[in-house]
This record gives sequence, C-alpha cells and structure tokens, in this order.
Amino acid sequence: MGFPDDVRYTKEHEWAREEGGLVTVGITSWATDQLGDVVFVELPEPGRALEAGKPFGVVEAVKTVSDLFAPLAGEVVEVNTLLADNPAVVNQAPYGDGWMVRIRPSDPKAFAQLLSHDDYEKLVEEQHA
Amino acid sequence: MKQTPFTEFHRAAGAKLVEFAGFEMPVRYTGDVREHLAVRNTAGLFDITHMGEFEVRGAQAGEWLDRMLTNHVGGMAIGQCLYSPMCRPDAGIVDDLLVYRYADRFMLVVNASNMAKDFAWLDSHRPAGISLEDRSAATALLAVQGPKASAVLAGHVPAAALDLGFYRFTEGGIFGVPATVSRTGYTGEDGFELYFEPAHGAAVWEGLLRAGEPHGLELVGLGARDTLRLEMGYMLYGNDIDDTTTPLEAGLGWTVKLAKGEFHGSAVLAKQKAEGLKRRLVGFQLEGRRVPRHGMNIVAGGRTVGQVTSGTFSPSLERPIGMGYVETALAANGTALEIQAGSSLLAARVTARPFYTRGSHRS
Repeated sequence: MGFPDDVRYTKEHEWAREEGGLVTVGITSWATDQLGDVVFVELPEPGRALEAGKPFGVVEAVKTVSDLFAPLAGEVVEVNTLLADNPAVVNQAPYGDGWMVRIRPSDPKAFAQLLSHDDYEKLVEEQHA
Repeated sequence: MKQTPFTEFHRAAGAKLVEFAGFEMPVRYTGDVREHLAVRNTAGLFDITHMGEFEVRGAQAGEWLDRMLTNHVGGMAIGQCLYSPMCRPDAGIVDDLLVYRYADRFMLVVNASNMAKDFAWLDSHRPAGISLEDRSAATALLAVQGPKASAVLAGHVPAAALDLGFYRFTEGGIFGVPATVSRTGYTGEDGFELYFEPAHGAAVWEGLLRAGEPHGLELVGLGARDTLRLEMGYMLYGNDIDDTTTPLEAGLGWTVKLAKGEFHGSAVLAKQKAEGLKRRLVGFQLEGRRVPRHGMNIVAGGRTVGQVTSGTFSPSLERPIGMGYVETALAANGTALEIQAGSSLLAARVTARPFYTRGSHRS
C-alpha cells in the first residue's frame, strides 16, 4: 500500500498536511482499509480547541468504530461538511475529499514532529506483520 | 491457522483475511456495503467451510437427536433441513445448528467456534448404537445467496436441486462433483448451500465464478454475512445467544417443541413458558447514524436495562440497527430505549424483526 509523501502521520493512523499555516487532517488509506465502509463521521464544531493525542471525533464503519485523535494541538477552523451527506468519500479519497478537519496549530513546530512517510510505512508493516 | 480449499482464491481476489474460529477467512473483498447489496440484488458467493459437519448414524439416531435438540427431528422428512438450538439441562444454548435428514443418517451443521464443545457435548450423551463422526475436515461448504442464486446454478446442478423448496436438500452433482445441495442460507435471500469434498474445491469455485459472471455474482466475506443475518434478526452464537440464554428468551420459541416429549432443557423451558419470561431479545433501530456495538449498555429511564448483543449499520435500510436483551416490560414494539455509546446516549426504538422484509427467500 502506497502512502503519499506530502503529508505526515500519527501512530493512530491520521495524516496531516500543512498548507498556509493550517493543518488539514484525515485518516490514512490503511485505516480505511481496516475499518471498511465508513457510514458516519462525527466531527467537532469549528472553534473547538483540540489537544494533541486526544480524541476529537468518531468514525463509524459498517463493522467497527474508531476514535479520531488530534495529531497536534490547535483550534478547529473548518470541518469537511461533505462527509455528513457522503461519508463514503473517506474510503474513496482518504487523502483528498475525505479530509476531516482543518486546524490552526497552537505550536507551529508541532507539525515537524509527526511521523514521516518512512516512519509510518515502517509502523504499518510492523502492525501488519 | 486452518485454511479452507479456497484460501488461495480469496487471497488472489484481494480479500482481507482474518482469523475466525481458528480459520483464515475472508472478511471482505471489495467492501462490506457492495458485497451486502450484491446478495440483496443479484447473488453472492460465500466460503463457509469453517462451519462444522457431524454425521450421526444408528437406528435410534432420530430419537436421540430429539432428546439433544429443542426442535422436532422426529417430524423431519428425508431431504429436509431443520434449524434447532441444542440446549443444556438448564436450557442454556450449547449451539444453534442445522439438521439434515438423509435416508440413512443425519448431518448436523454447527458453528465453527463451537465445534469442539458441541462434539464433546453430543459424544458425552451418546448412547450405545449411535455413531457420531466429525466430518468437518472432509467437507467444503460454499453458499450462493441472492435472488439470482437459482440462475447461477441452472444447468450446473440436477434440475431437482433448482426445484427444491426452502429448507430442503438433494444429493446430486455440481459441475460433476458429488455434492449435497440444500436450499438454505442465513441471509434472508433465496439461495443454496453446497457440501462436497475439499479435493474438488477448485472445480466448484472456478465453475461458480464462471457461471455467476453473467448474473453479477460477487464474492462476499464474513463482514457482509454478518450484516445480512442481522438485517434478518438471525442469531449469531456468542453474541445474541450463548450458554446463558435460552431459546425462548431469544425469540426462538418456534424451535422449542415441548409437545414432543422430554429433551435437554425442556423442564426449564416449560417453566419459562408457564411463568413468563423476565427478559427478551429485542431488535431496535436508531434514529441517528451512530452504530450500536456489541457490549454497549441499553438504557431506559436513566438506568441500564441490558446490553447490545449485535449491532451494525444496515446497508439495506441505511440506518443503524441492533439487538439486545431487555426486561420483558420494555420489549414491546415502539418502546423508547437509549444506547450508551461512550459519553453519548443514542435514541433507539424497539422494532419488530426481521428489520429487512423484502428478501427473496421462500418459506
């Protein structure tokens, strides 16, 4: 399974992409593969403060459910409203239209501390073995 | 981990394989929803070789099975299949299984997770003159389910197989391979289950895929099998029923034949029937999109009144559904309940089963 190298990753299988001082967050293709068909995503309201590593939402698939964990601390500035009507986009385009929230990080340096592409690939290989 | 004759086919088809009851089994190929809807709309092919098959022989085999099972084996015709719980003396369910009555023997089809327990239980109650043989390792089992199941098999099984009534079987061939073909399944759709020797696995698998292609036959994993059975309100052993629940509590009263005479559990079941049940398995639908999951608390009036035994998002109804045991006073259709999902309370309403009523199976 190929993972894009323009994003960083968490151990809990979120990805994060930095653009113009904001960080967009979603879940990885490995996570969607494990979950199966996503049928509902519960996301926070814009304006909410997130704590790094703490749950900020829930992703429900047909067979299972998983918490979403914040890759870094910050304020939610936007949530993906497309997912309310079409949660399947998370499976179809996990790194694109299936994104979940945009965060304004409270510490601009936190992004660089997330897992690199290589680290994440290694993590998945270990978990898969 | 045990494999089925089809494991390599699953892998080649891109299935996600998981450990299930000691077997490496496909949980999904393309996606739970797509596979589920294929069975509802066209046809799906399931590898269910992990199920166990026991052969029972002896002049008194029918009488013995009537003492071991709650349903009426003695009333079965040759060529008939029967669903029955098997209970302990306290009416706790050892397993739920299918009985096939052949001219010279019975076949019991048991849950993979209960195979060893079932065999030990049956064997410990086996009188002289009855033989019990575990044929699981010598039996491959595929299911073809869906409104197009009959069209998929047409021309590849004896005509008699296509004319079978629901819960009937015949011995014949499929693609020239000796097989038992039954009109049974656990999806709510018309369909067939095919029992044959594992050595013929490739011939039957490849034959079915070829025959099924024009009819939209898709490979279906255990994930969709679970959502299909739950839409029908069918039991999953270990979730909805187990050693601590009785068939009457589970709503399986139609399989409890007290009039046939004594059997394991009959005294307790007769008492439950006479005195009324304290709890019942109910189905419920949820109003939002959050999904009830096994083990979540069921809440009414601010107190916990039971646990979710099965829950999923129903692909056919496009809403969450579930089952669980509640006090009898809360079991009436329409009763408002809540499901505790983390810190959230989800609004639910008791709903008659099956949840899905438009299936193609014939009763």
